[in-house]
Amino acid sequence: MASIIRKIWDRHVVTERPDGLCLLYIDRHLVHEVTSPQAFEALRKAGRNVRRPLSLLAVPDHNVPTSPDRLERIEDPDSRIQIETLRENAKEAGITLFDMDDIRQGIVHVTGPENGLILPGVTVVCGDSHTSTLGAFGAVAFGIGTSEVEHVLATQTLWQTRPREMRITATGALGVGVCAKDLILAIIAKIGAGGGTGYAIEYAGEAVRGLSMEARMTICNMTIEAGGRFGMVAPDETTFAYLKGRPAAPGPGQWNTAVADWKTLFSDNDGSFDREESIDAARIVPQVTWGTSPEDSLPVTGVVPDPAGHPDPRVRERMERAMRYMDLRPGMRLTDIPVDKVFIGSCTNARIEDLRLAAKVAAGRKVAAGVTAMVVPGSGLVKQQAEAEGLDRIFLDAGFQWRLPGCSMCLGMNPDRLKPGERCASTSNRNFEGRQGPGGRTHLMSPMMAVAAAVAGRISDVRGVL
Amino acid sequence: MIEKFDTLKAVAIPLDRGNVDTDAIIPARFLKTIKRTGLGEGLFYAWRFDELGKEVPEFVLNKAPYRGGKILVTGENFGCGSSREHAVWSLMDYGIRVVIAPSFGDIFYSNGLKNGLLPVRLPAGEVRGLIGRLEDSPGSRISADLPAQTVTGPDGTVYGFDIGSFPKECLLKGLDEIALTFQHEEEITRYEGVRKTKTPWLFLDI
Repeated sequence: MASIIRKIWDRHVVTERPDGLCLLYIDRHLVHEVTSPQAFEALRKAGRNVRRPLSLLAVPDHNVPTSPDRLERIEDPDSRIQIETLRENAKEAGITLFDMDDIRQGIVHVTGPENGLILPGVTVVCGDSHTSTLGAFGAVAFGIGTSEVEHVLATQTLWQTRPREMRITATGALGVGVCAKDLILAIIAKIGAGGGTGYAIEYAGEAVRGLSMEARMTICNMTIEAGGRFGMVAPDETTFAYLKGRPAAPGPGQWNTAVADWKTLFSDNDGSFDREESIDAARIVPQVTWGTSPEDSLPVTGVVPDPAGHPDPRVRERMERAMRYMDLRPGMRLTDIPVDKVFIGSCTNARIEDLRLAAKVAAGRKVAAGVTAMVVPGSGLVKQQAEAEGLDRIFLDAGFQWRLPGCSMCLGMNPDRLKPGERCASTSNRNFEGRQGPGGRTHLMSPMMAVAAAVAGRISDVRGVL
Repeated sequence: MIEKFDTLKAVAIPLDRGNVDTDAIIPARFLKTIKRTGLGEGLFYAWRFDELGKEVPEFVLNKAPYRGGKILVTGENFGCGSSREHAVWSLMDYGIRVVIAPSFGDIFYSNGLKNGLLPVRLPAGEVRGLIGRLEDSPGSRISADLPAQTVTGPDGTVYGFDIGSFPKECLLKGLDEIALTFQHEEEITRYEGVRKTKTPWLFLDI
């Protein structure tokens, strides 16, 4: 009797020390250009080899421009060097690379799953905190630092302590105009930006069961925003249907055996979780963040909170700081906040379903005058699919830019970024100070809500336009 | 690449903020390097410097008594957010070797240990007390003793802290973790053999 977290963990323990530290076997390892160069360099210096190159996938995503001319030139020499270094490291070690001219190139957490690399029951790591995304398949998926990247390259393992286990049950069903992003923002607001520290989180309940794989990835993606080590959803028919026929998924000869195995991956109802939380999905309304931590999320119908009302002086100080940075006043209605830019993209919300939801709201409408709005598909395959469905036309007709895949404006590392003081309605995952560019101000929300903001020129309740 | 850590007595810097994320510790634009060195320049960049690149005098790191401080005392969930090890590299490049906080982002905590930056978890009340004392007498020193697993405040109060026995040993001796793991090579190979039979689909080439 055990949770799914423990079941998968136990399968991967190569050896366990008396103090409980486990040598965990890693099935899949994804690398990108920013956090891997120092790992490869250290490996080379020590005269060590990549132990299992074919367990790896390399993709440039953080630095890549999203403009059409990016294959001809990348202006920034440092970005160019990082991308070239990734290319060289992949070639030297014999690692599969989805390069910029490959239709499969995209954000590592989008392209990995869509190529069938992430399967139920696997362990997967990447030098990127949003690796938690991949737990949506019923996988132990977590972000690691560069030293750990090096360790996995050399040994295919990592020393890890067992996580504490938390289950978050979402009952009921999400309402119209409310989606996975709203659910996870509401969860983070409830447990706090540090509420999941030390925990692995299983998302359960009928509201989660009813979600597509894309939506489950959105939920698991932001586990790290609550401090969680990793998040996961137990695999089911939705998972199997998504995986069947994907390039790296088990083929017909192994499919039935694999599914039979995957069906054993669920939590036994023995109350073994260290912590249980629940949330009523039916009561969630579209969410927007007002401050500089993902926990600063509120229903769009709300107002900017008043720090003076908070009993804890340290919290009060943090709120005042956030309010100054965001240039907001207590009591302001969220729907009175104007936006300069709108960003639809990132490993949180750049999958085909996100773009379909956004396009539904954008159809027949126009981006407000003075607002710059962009849609950045999560991968070349997402882009291709969206174009086959005519979504690009809908966005372009509405006045959105339709760009090439990459991390784009999520993190201020490539040419897509905010200028100081600019305010952005963003489908990304972090509203930290300066995250989207120095001095930039971020309001996190769902793709539908981001379109509503683009059209209105200010934060807006998408339910009013559905 | 671990730098040994044993004991350290140094000026401590109070940074009384919670949820200090790794984007604040080192903004993304400083990550465009393929080296680990020279990142101290970008440490807390948006807080240390104004738009023109001039020091912000009110920011604690820029105040005279705290210059050259090697111990940072700060709020809960320090190092949350991105997995960038650059956050640890920039702190160490600046000279910080110990961070004391009520809690840390899990990846940051682990990154610290791998490099020789000692993360010390103390109860929130004790951290608040330390911050208060450091603000009352700027430039005072704290000592950190890894073998004894204690921190001693400016007034001589001794606080005990927990750390795993394996990372502690690695830190004290500056051990190469990969070399240690290589000692388990046979077990890893045996594990792979078993998994190849039980779940062969995991060994298809990507």
